[in-house]
Amino acid sequence: MECQECKQNPATVHFAQVINGEKTEIHVCQQCAKEKGYVSQEEDAYSLHHLLSGLFNPKPNAINHQSHKTAGKELQCDKCGMTYQQFARIGKFGCASCYHTFSEHLNPLFRKVHSGNTAHEGKVPKRVGSDIYQRKKLRDLKVKLQQAIAEEAFEEAAKIRDEIRSLEKNLNHHEERDDS
Amino acid sequence: MSLEQFINEAISPWLKEDGPDSDIVMSSRVRLARNFEQSPFPLIADEKHMENILYFMEKEFNHRSYLQYKDLEFVKMAELKQVEKQVLVEKHLISPHLADKSKHGAALISKNEQVSIMVNEEDHIRAQLYFPGFQLEKALEQAFQLDDWLEEKIDYAFDENRGYLTSCPTNVGTGLRASVMMHLPALAITRKINRMIPAINQLGLVVRGIYGEGSEALGNIFQISNQVTLGRSEEDIIEDLKGVVDKLIEHERHARKLLMEQSELELEDRVFRSYGILQHSRIIESKETAKCLSDVRLGIDLGFIHHISKSILNELVVLTQPAFLQQYAKKMLTPNERDVFRASLIRERFTLEQKEEY
Ligand SMILES: [Zn+2]
Ligand SMILES: [Zn+2]
Repeated sequence: MECQECKQNPATVHFAQVINGEKTEIHVCQQCAKEKGYVSQEEDAYSLHHLLSGLFNPKPNAINHQSHKTAGKELQCDKCGMTYQQFARIGKFGCASCYHTFSEHLNPLFRKVHSGNTAHEGKVPKRVGSDIYQRKKLRDLKVKLQQAIAEEAFEEAAKIRDEIRSLEKNLNHHEERDDS
Repeated sequence: MSLEQFINEAISPWLKEDGPDSDIVMSSRVRLARNFEQSPFPLIADEKHMENILYFMEKEFNHRSYLQYKDLEFVKMAELKQVEKQVLVEKHLISPHLADKSKHGAALISKNEQVSIMVNEEDHIRAQLYFPGFQLEKALEQAFQLDDWLEEKIDYAFDENRGYLTSCPTNVGTGLRASVMMHLPALAITRKINRMIPAINQLGLVVRGIYGEGSEALGNIFQISNQVTLGRSEEDIIEDLKGVVDKLIEHERHARKLLMEQSELELEDRVFRSYGILQHSRIIESKETAKCLSDVRLGIDLGFIHHISKSILNELVVLTQPAFLQQYAKKMLTPNERDVFRASLIRERFTLEQKEEY
């Protein structure tokens, strides 16, 4: 397939775009993708398409066959309507729920893009993720407690233990409330 | 408008400040990608969802201030002329994607232009902070605070297992892209950089030639950034990048020292030839401009040239881009006219330096 912009180079970036509700397919070479701003400037250093195509389309003509086979009945996000096939072609999620819908297919992709990682480490939102934030803090405190005990810093350890207790109490409250 | 005034308005205030290691690291940037929990991502969202987000962001954040980032101004893409958008792109305040593709895009830009929060780009929110010189840790610290401040109003799409959910799988987890812009003339002249790039890639970092096509680095300016966003904490990601940048600084300083020891006269010749071209040419392409600016900046760093301010490289790489030239000319320019205008703007800029001297 040739690049639809310069009609010279082979197209290496493929995706669909919704313009005024109309879905338009776009096939361009890396250079035109950059020039026309299809690929955001910071992302073009390594080709995402390249990473994705290896995973989803082992053979160019096997796309339909392949995703039907792996996805069984066609997976579709009930929130935004994106199908697994569309996701495989565009390489972009449609909404937050897509992550749950396509969950079982994501680990190999994430491993490839993120040096073998599949789960988040790092910042947690304070408000939306307040329980998650507190559970993470609890885990961190427990590690700290073990360290303090190992170093025989017992005064410090006692302080940490108090903190852990009050956190646990807090978390239990939350969960009880959620159940009701 | 005088050139002096034009430069004052064109160059972001933060870029005029001096930062750590600014002889080699021009700037540090941290960007966080975030999304609203309840709305489809901009790629597929319908107009109503996009309008709602625009409305919400304008209502909650327009003309608000946070820390030293005063008076965030809400700028809607639909209300800008093409050349105005292009200027924002050339200042790195918005992405080409936001300028060209997003009908419902906007940006919240602080008065000092250090903070820019893009709205309805590939993700609903892309908040970026710039610092002069090499200041990744500070940039991350302030980005976190900005993020917390935004989160007081926004319900983020977040998953305990996957982290911050983004439109593209390459940003999921931390949503963090940290990058530095480096001027590496000695590593480029000696071609040592070519051997170093694959090693840096091996560490999960991306190297891009800036202002050039493909991997070619115009003006020996390189951007180094993280690729992995999932499974590592923000602090670890920054730490890795910082380690590599430290090494690059060390290698660049060493290569400069060797060049001075082994071929000082050739280097001096190269610097002053470029200086001559910038001062006297009547027609100059962007490629030659970038090369000469790099030489002159190196000449300043090595002490060959004394009376020119160090900020000249930062300033002129920004000012000699197409949209800036057209803004200064106050009209559309053909590529040939641009080269003429570029040469005259550079000559004028050097005249300013001489005025300051006397
Ligand atoms: Zn092309
Ligand atoms: Zn979805």
